[in-house]
Amino acid sequence: MRAKEKVGIKSYAGYVPRYRITPKEIGKVWGKDGETMGRGLRINSKSVPSPDEDVVTISTQAATWALERSKLDGEDIGAIYVGSESHPYAVKPTATIVGASIGATPLMTAADFEFACKAGTAGFQTCMGLVSSGMMKNGMAIGADTSQGAPGDALEYSAAAGGAAYIIGTEDLLAEINYTCSYTTDTPDFWRREGKKYPSHGGRFTGKPAYFKHITECTRNIMKESATTPEDYDYAVFHQPNGKFPVKIAGKLGFEKEQIEPGLLVTRIGNTYSGAVPLGLASTLDQSEPGDRILVTAYGSGAGCDSFDITVTDSIEDIKNDDIPSIQEVISDEEFITYSIYAKYRDKIEGGR
Amino acid sequence: MTTPRFWREIEQRYRGIGVQCENCSRVYFPPREICPHCRRKSFGRMKEKELSGKGKILTYTKVHEPHPEYKMLTPYIMAIIEMEENVRLTGHLVDIDYEDVKPGMEVEVTMRRLGEESPKGIIYYGYKLVPVK
Repeated sequence: MRAKEKVGIKSYAGYVPRYRITPKEIGKVWGKDGETMGRGLRINSKSVPSPDEDVVTISTQAATWALERSKLDGEDIGAIYVGSESHPYAVKPTATIVGASIGATPLMTAADFEFACKAGTAGFQTCMGLVSSGMMKNGMAIGADTSQGAPGDALEYSAAAGGAAYIIGTEDLLAEINYTCSYTTDTPDFWRREGKKYPSHGGRFTGKPAYFKHITECTRNIMKESATTPEDYDYAVFHQPNGKFPVKIAGKLGFEKEQIEPGLLVTRIGNTYSGAVPLGLASTLDQSEPGDRILVTAYGSGAGCDSFDITVTDSIEDIKNDDIPSIQEVISDEEFITYSIYAKYRDKIEGGR
Repeated sequence: MTTPRFWREIEQRYRGIGVQCENCSRVYFPPREICPHCRRKSFGRMKEKELSGKGKILTYTKVHEPHPEYKMLTPYIMAIIEMEENVRLTGHLVDIDYEDVKPGMEVEVTMRRLGEESPKGIIYYGYKLVPVK
């Protein structure tokens, strides 16, 4: 899909909570060799939100920084979409709270999106449609999560927290989105039923027929549409549920390790779900130069992919020395905690809160 | 805190909206109807003002006996800061160890969860203080 008008990213910023726990620390509690599990998943540590952090606070911090970077006012934002699978309310939008906190309300539209880990990029596409059709000048798309793994479950070693916000528009772009496409099927690889605290998954079924098939199809499709090959891209960002999958899929599609490295954050912060690709892209943009081309494919269980073909503009130079912290700066502020503090922070202790 | 009271104060809690006296330019947070310096000269001249959210620590303390809402965060740090607009603000200082806090340190506001009405009630969000990144 290609918009009739030029469309792209006007601003972006990301936020990751500072607390970290290692797979070794988690494994100690469950009688597992966490260090080996961490090596298998290629996750050295994962981020943990403080008890006063959730998708609203992570989204608001990222949105505040993105707005500050853009030099726009809150009232210039015509739409806010927050993609997440851990919205604090089952009914009451996260997006209205974010809108009120950045001064975008009331003359705007807002909604919360859910599509497992690709709800944030679904917001990108919605904003692209709104701005390229001329219905509004700027839309904000956010992907953020404070995902949970059941105590002792394999997911507990990777489920982390973080998010990023993007302002999508048609003028003053840091990066143009040349093409986007999606690939969607009904594949039950990972889900969480209404009212349940922790998600369930299909174990190994989450790999081949889900993550690998969807990313392969969607990425090949966008390269076909844009008539490109992996060599045409300086960087690539793939969904990163662990450190192994994105490296494997990149190799399978013909991308080199160096192309995915700037956006591969999972080894340090874990799987931030809806925040994963938005944060990976933000980290890649932080390190990119004018003219660089970036291929992005987000994956959401259930299942689907959104791909983007992006070209960085000269304006990227203007934000290199601004006051907004880079993703590397944000994630370098880290404090390691024990499993008992983690259990307290993640509300795993009955009667704690 | 009841839902209507929280809702009435959203502008202050989320965005730090105070007021500025157009007569003497003093800024107040939370907002006041009348400037205590200019008194009746300030009638109708108190205009909305969004604070920068940045300031420096004047003083701080560590709280060991928590407010029930802050049980999960105990011990926690409370600080009084002088904001860029010469407004003093008391807030919960987070994302830093007590030993690393110093008077004069630059901080800024961030949005955090302050508490909740009840496990099925509304969630209260508002400002807390963090070191400038």
